[in-house]
Amino acid sequence: MLANRKLILAHFWLAFAVFGFALTLGAWQMFIRSPIGTWLSNPELYYRSLTAHGTVMGYVFPTLVAMGFGYAISESALEQRLVGVRWAWAGFWLIVAGSIMAMVPIALGRASVLYTFYPPLIGNVFYYLGVVLVVVGSWIWVALMSVNLRVWRKAHPGAPVPLAMFANVAGSYLWAWTAVGAALELLLQIIPVAAGLKNTIDAGLARVFFSWTLHAIVYFWLMPTYIAYYTIVPRAIGGRVYSDSMARISFILFLVVAMPIGMHHTFADPQVGAGFKFVHSAFTALVALPTLLTVFTICASIEIAARLRGGRGMFGWTRALPWDNPMMLALAFSFVMLGFGGAGGLINMSYQLDASIHNTQWITGHFHLIFGGAIVIMYFAIAYDLWPHLTGRELIDIRLIRTQLWLWFIGMIVTTFPWHWVGILGMPRRMAYFDFGDPAIAPQALSVTFSAIGGFILLTSGIMFIVVLARGMRAPLVDAGPYRFAIAVHQPTTVPVALNTHALWVALMIVLTLTNYGYPILTLATTEGTSVPAVYVGAQ
Amino acid sequence: MSSEDAHRSVEIAARVERRWATIAVIIVVGMALLAAFAGIHRATMPQPRVEITDPSRIHLSGEFVESNLGSVLEANGNVTVRAIGQQYSFTPACIVVPADTPITLRATSADVVHGILIQGTNVNTMLVPGYVSEQLMRFTRTGDYLMPCQEFCSFGHEGMWGKVKVIDKTDFANRAKAGGRLSCVGQ
Ligand code: HEM
Ligand SMILES: [Cu+2]
Ligand SMILES: [Cu+2]
Repeated sequence: MLANRKLILAHFWLAFAVFGFALTLGAWQMFIRSPIGTWLSNPELYYRSLTAHGTVMGYVFPTLVAMGFGYAISESALEQRLVGVRWAWAGFWLIVAGSIMAMVPIALGRASVLYTFYPPLIGNVFYYLGVVLVVVGSWIWVALMSVNLRVWRKAHPGAPVPLAMFANVAGSYLWAWTAVGAALELLLQIIPVAAGLKNTIDAGLARVFFSWTLHAIVYFWLMPTYIAYYTIVPRAIGGRVYSDSMARISFILFLVVAMPIGMHHTFADPQVGAGFKFVHSAFTALVALPTLLTVFTICASIEIAARLRGGRGMFGWTRALPWDNPMMLALAFSFVMLGFGGAGGLINMSYQLDASIHNTQWITGHFHLIFGGAIVIMYFAIAYDLWPHLTGRELIDIRLIRTQLWLWFIGMIVTTFPWHWVGILGMPRRMAYFDFGDPAIAPQALSVTFSAIGGFILLTSGIMFIVVLARGMRAPLVDAGPYRFAIAVHQPTTVPVALNTHALWVALMIVLTLTNYGYPILTLATTEGTSVPAVYVGAQ
Repeated sequence: MSSEDAHRSVEIAARVERRWATIAVIIVVGMALLAAFAGIHRATMPQPRVEITDPSRIHLSGEFVESNLGSVLEANGNVTVRAIGQQYSFTPACIVVPADTPITLRATSADVVHGILIQGTNVNTMLVPGYVSEQLMRFTRTGDYLMPCQEFCSFGHEGMWGKVKVIDKTDFANRAKAGGRLSCVGQ
């Protein structure tokens, strides 16, 4: 039973409101820089929009989804009222305050530095302070997840922690630690300069700090989706989790190997030596492991559902799946996008192949396919699944839900496939304008037009999503019963300590981060003469 | 299901799962080995050393003073290109190089982070102020290539496009005889 529905609903509604806003900006960006857009006489507006879109989609939206979902998991999986509700509200309001504080300077054109910050370009100090508040708000959530699990353990000594909560807490620890990189960059480097206390900054060191955050943050975005794969989908389609321990191992692997690999984002940078680039590249291969394991376990879990429904044959069972169930549809779309996106990711992680697509539109195409596609479509599914439990009302528009999911999938493919292609042709990212009249750029015009059309399909789908949820707030009342998670084929009665606690793995995560980041950071920080003058945005 | 059946099914499930986990580990290790192999054979390798430079002084002295920017034919027949990026252009804005020649690109930024990307090639590097970027390149095809800045460098980023002109090796050698630093700016 969910006791704190208001808290959870507040997180979800804020998340989807800011998502709708940023989605509109995204569609506008795609349109305005395409051949069907009209020439934007003031390109600066594009970068305001891009900073807002990236900041919201990267920091605010997924964080709120993870938090709201995390509270829901804590209450339902542990069957225990949330401890620290006041703190949770404090975290929520910090995020509201931080978002507003960051958005005002962006709207005024005083913080057009994009969500990656990259100094020595420096924007208004309130932009960075706003981002810090958002992160601090989310750290309150991390602490609460840990406290709630501890309270539960006291009451259930030695009992296996429910899988959903085990994964949720692993995700929260990953976030707490990965955010430290950007926090150090902001607090030690950028904010003193933005506040005018200093006027030089080490741009190379800042990029290394940011890479500490930039990789594992994508696994934080991914956590709610993976939790839904393992603990919601099998239940929703009438199957079982194939293996509870393999699920735990996957989440532990994310915790341990997502961190010490971030320098693959600095493959093309001059401030990192070849040795550490190689180390991070090799570690990056490891991160494919939990995903490969997950694909196996989830496919096996849905096969169980199909066979329970009378499916037969080597592949014939796929026909017995409940394809009209939105959860099944969302999972299938998510897996297809994960497959294509994952293949693209293997290309990015190779130093040699990355050289031809680094910082091109391929990269934006790639992360929209994985993040906007495979991950966000499961956020939709999570919201649909939880909604009746939060509102006490039934979601009646099942057909609208199916159409919405279809449109999101089609829109993502239409947007991102040509987006990858122009990247291969060498189209650089983050540009307000392209001269499609230039014969060397003209061949990209058609592809960009397709992407722009895809953007409007996505926008339509996003609006439908919000309509479904809003209508769900006034639908007929139902008793949705307690919120449950999938159970495993062999539901564990005991779990080895290593698969039931996080301490060992958190320690390993920290140690690996320090070995893989400690030396490069120390060398850069102690090298004299690497600080360069700040360049203030909007200053003349 | 009798308890014996259940026992058997657990065993089968565990075996299938172990098999897949083994395949997954093999894939991952294989990829890492492939990367190591490509690296050792220097297919394309990151620059080995980190070099620093002071962007507030590069106009005044040292390797990146204006008179030293452009392409130069070295005694061993290789070519070195020196360039800088600044808001919102490259100097030289048009780089001229010979075909079929090992070329070393050395570049840095005079202000914020920029990037150099030569379309249709795998030449792609960040320019971070304070550090020197070095990249080896070799062109097999003569012609013009676009060279956009690939990292956001503030409001004029979309207008920061340079050019690379790859010319015949002997033409380049002839032009290099006059000495100095070559570029194709204004041609
Ligand atoms: C769920 C959806 C989405 C997410 C999570 C998302 C996220 C992001 C992020 C993090 C950035 C990076 C900003 C930067 O590089 O500074 C970005 C850029 C961008 N997004 Fe989205 N986005 C989403 C949907 C869309 C949609 C629907 C469109 C429209 C087609 C879109 C268009 C763009 C464009 C054009 C850029 C800038 C690319 C560039 O100039 O390099 N996004 N998005
Ligand atoms: Cu990464
Ligand atoms: Cu630029």
